[in-house]
Amino acid sequence: MNDDAEIISEFLVESHENLDHLDRDLVELERSPGSRELLSSVFRTIHTIKGTSGFLAFHRLESLTHVGENLLSRLRDGKMTMDAEVTHVLLSMVDTVRALLEGVERDGLDTDPAVEVDAVVAALQRVLDGESDPAGDPAGEPVPVPVAPVVEEPVVLCEPAPQAVPVPEPEPEEPAARTPVAAEEPGDDTEKRGVVDSSVRVDIELLDSLVQLVGELVLTRNQILQRAEASDDIELGRAAQRLDLVASELQENVMRTRMQPMAQVWSKMPRIVRDLAHQLGREVELEMEGHDTELDRSLLEALKGPLAHLVRNALDHGLEPREVRVAAGKPQAGRLQLRAYHESGQVVIEITDDGAGIDPVKIGEAAVSRGVITREAYAGMEPREVLDLIFRAGFSTAAAVTNVSGRGVGMDVVRTNIERIGGSVDILSTVGTGTTCRVRIPLTLAIIPALVVAESGERYAIPQANLVELVRLEGQDLRDGVDTLAGAPVLRLRGRLLPLVSLGETLTGTRPQTDALTVVVVQADDIRFGLCVGEVHDTQEIVVKPIGRQLKALPLYAGATIMGDGQVALILDVGGIARVRALTPTELTDTVAVGADVGSQALLVLEVSNHRRAALPLTAVSRLEEFDASRIERSGLAEVVQYRDGILPLLRLAPAIGLPETPGERDQISVVVHEEAGRRVGIVIDQVLDVVDEAIVATEVGRRVGVLGSAVVQDRVTDLVDLDAVVRPRELIS
Amino acid sequence: MTITTTRDVMSPGQQCCTFWVDGLFLGVPVEQVQEVLRYQRMTAVPRAPHAVHGLINLRGQIVTALDLRCRLGLPPRPEEELPANVIVRSRGEVVSLLVDAVGDVIDTADAELQPTPANLPPGIQDVLRGVMPLAGSILLIVDADRAVDVTTTPDTTNPGGTP
Repeated sequence: MNDDAEIISEFLVESHENLDHLDRDLVELERSPGSRELLSSVFRTIHTIKGTSGFLAFHRLESLTHVGENLLSRLRDGKMTMDAEVTHVLLSMVDTVRALLEGVERDGLDTDPAVEVDAVVAALQRVLDGESDPAGDPAGEPVPVPVAPVVEEPVVLCEPAPQAVPVPEPEPEEPAARTPVAAEEPGDDTEKRGVVDSSVRVDIELLDSLVQLVGELVLTRNQILQRAEASDDIELGRAAQRLDLVASELQENVMRTRMQPMAQVWSKMPRIVRDLAHQLGREVELEMEGHDTELDRSLLEALKGPLAHLVRNALDHGLEPREVRVAAGKPQAGRLQLRAYHESGQVVIEITDDGAGIDPVKIGEAAVSRGVITREAYAGMEPREVLDLIFRAGFSTAAAVTNVSGRGVGMDVVRTNIERIGGSVDILSTVGTGTTCRVRIPLTLAIIPALVVAESGERYAIPQANLVELVRLEGQDLRDGVDTLAGAPVLRLRGRLLPLVSLGETLTGTRPQTDALTVVVVQADDIRFGLCVGEVHDTQEIVVKPIGRQLKALPLYAGATIMGDGQVALILDVGGIARVRALTPTELTDTVAVGADVGSQALLVLEVSNHRRAALPLTAVSRLEEFDASRIERSGLAEVVQYRDGILPLLRLAPAIGLPETPGERDQISVVVHEEAGRRVGIVIDQVLDVVDEAIVATEVGRRVGVLGSAVVQDRVTDLVDLDAVVRPRELIS
Repeated sequence: MTITTTRDVMSPGQQCCTFWVDGLFLGVPVEQVQEVLRYQRMTAVPRAPHAVHGLINLRGQIVTALDLRCRLGLPPRPEEELPANVIVRSRGEVVSLLVDAVGDVIDTADAELQPTPANLPPGIQDVLRGVMPLAGSILLIVDADRAVDVTTTPDTTNPGGTP
């Protein structure tokens, strides 16, 4: 009985693997119907399942695979050719086999009444009968005798290949999974899969416990290394060194045992894509890269669902119907690209379609109308932030919205699932040309390199994956480098403004006073900021340990670890800190500036409110005027001056952008005259400083009502005035 | 020591691990106690719920230490007194309860578990299964599952300054 159970479990493992291959092979077969190699491979898989299920007395499984095998043998022998219908019945056979196997796994029997076998058998039989001469005996010899092909229609490959007997011959496994290449070398009959002799199956639990143990070993090693360094014992020192080397290598190897290639996920994609494409009536070219990209199996497992969802989304909402594509001058078949690659200690997975893209305006409007955000909030959002709305829970569940937006079903779930394994997901989209979903996940969760810092006497670990650089500022550099905008400290770093967050303040609520600043520049998702810490220790490998239920709700920590001295240190969750401190994503690429396209505009730089600097786009300025203060008159509550045969309403810039007016009376006022749609308004400032036409990089720092953000202009932090917002209320009055 | 029993609420085991917290004599059924440790250095967890006193390293496992004084709503322990750890198992997790001092394991087979007197402060009632009047003292039987439940709102007091 026990032996049986073991055989059945072996059979299940092997069959599930084979079925994944089958899916892929069948989809490929549809493209290259003549490929003898593919047909033989499919045939062999089904034949193996049939044989084993007969041996194990799974009769329903046996009878199903038996008919399937008959059909396949005809295909392989060139008596029939693949077409959509044949593919369809074969795929439904694979599905039924899978369902039966699930029953076997569950109950040890293939008698699950919920699985409809007879209909599938009948469908297979119909295809067999319809296409073939009646001589084909449906219950005939299961092992097909190679017959010289009697070809009615031309088949691509038709040379007789008598050696193609359905005996599985063990062959070394092909290292890279095949990409969907249509052409196959003629006569290539060799088996490309099979159990590799030099590998063994290992229970996942065993691997997991190995990883646990190695984690403990690494911690113990760290402790011993620390002791050995402090000791004079040379022998101990040597032994510790060896231990260090061995432990590192062991750790690396054990981690590798858990690594599995992306091919595991990619191999399922052709089938998903094919089915969906048929269902939706789309034509899709699927391109996949990075089958060999490896990552920890637990992560791979957790990724399957979200990735399938993103692929479905891309097909369903991204790619347009055929006619729309043709009308837009695009190739009839949509392109779906799946890429996986390693980048700085993370695995990046990209899902790119060349579809319609996501229109931020539609998303924004829909989000406002669904009450996901307020109109005011929407008005202040970057297109990128607007795209991010599709990850909001309230947004994605509303069917009406997804119809309008064309995307976003369950995207919040996708994000949640990916974030749960320490990853992140973001969306880049260009209206009309397509959308890319980029998923980043750590290679492995168990042991990570991290920077250890200290704050208020406790140590904290920052995962290396979040680390960008370290900056230390003292004395004059500190005074020059750090500005405070409306209470928010920012660091000028190579001409850019970096928001600064004090770790001490984030943790304890009080900002430590120091005469030097140690800034750890970190990045999570699209948020980059400077984390000011008390001290920086060193980089080390840490073992990520879970923290208790009582602390799960805290967004600041990703877990905890044990340091070399046996003390516990918390691992900081950089993304969580950004969320707690309400930092919003900013565009980081050098080429793109956020804000209202201020990248290369000419700017009028002016002084307002006690020598603070602000800038307006020069195009918004029609004239610069100086008026005697005595000319100011009042119309209702508004200040006005008579100007060019009319009345010019005045608007004081300082209060409009949330700053105090410069105290004291002036004899003369400086006014920027802004004209729009036949209306004029005079913006009162302290003085005009300059007109600049330099490339500036806008940041969101200091953003508030009337201010888009700030930028370094002529080496000084300058507010970028949101003229529309400043002028709007005035127009209501005038 | 690895067996976690889920007994009937009104019939705790025959033996209790006892300890003192602010003059109260408390006990947890031994089945729920993994071990008792003297004071361990702790790592503070900023912004954690108030009762979370810190994290300790228990042979490679990270264990949350909860201050039972705080959990019971009792005045804080004088700073010069170091708490002891009563490590309990609760819903698959191991948690340390910080107590003033550890007492003996006592046999409670003959004692009767009575309902918690209604005039005890609600913070204490919330954590108790009941009380056992013994000769010369009254033992308060702590429900470990409830004692470690501090998943009330985390401390989100002023993060200081605007970001």
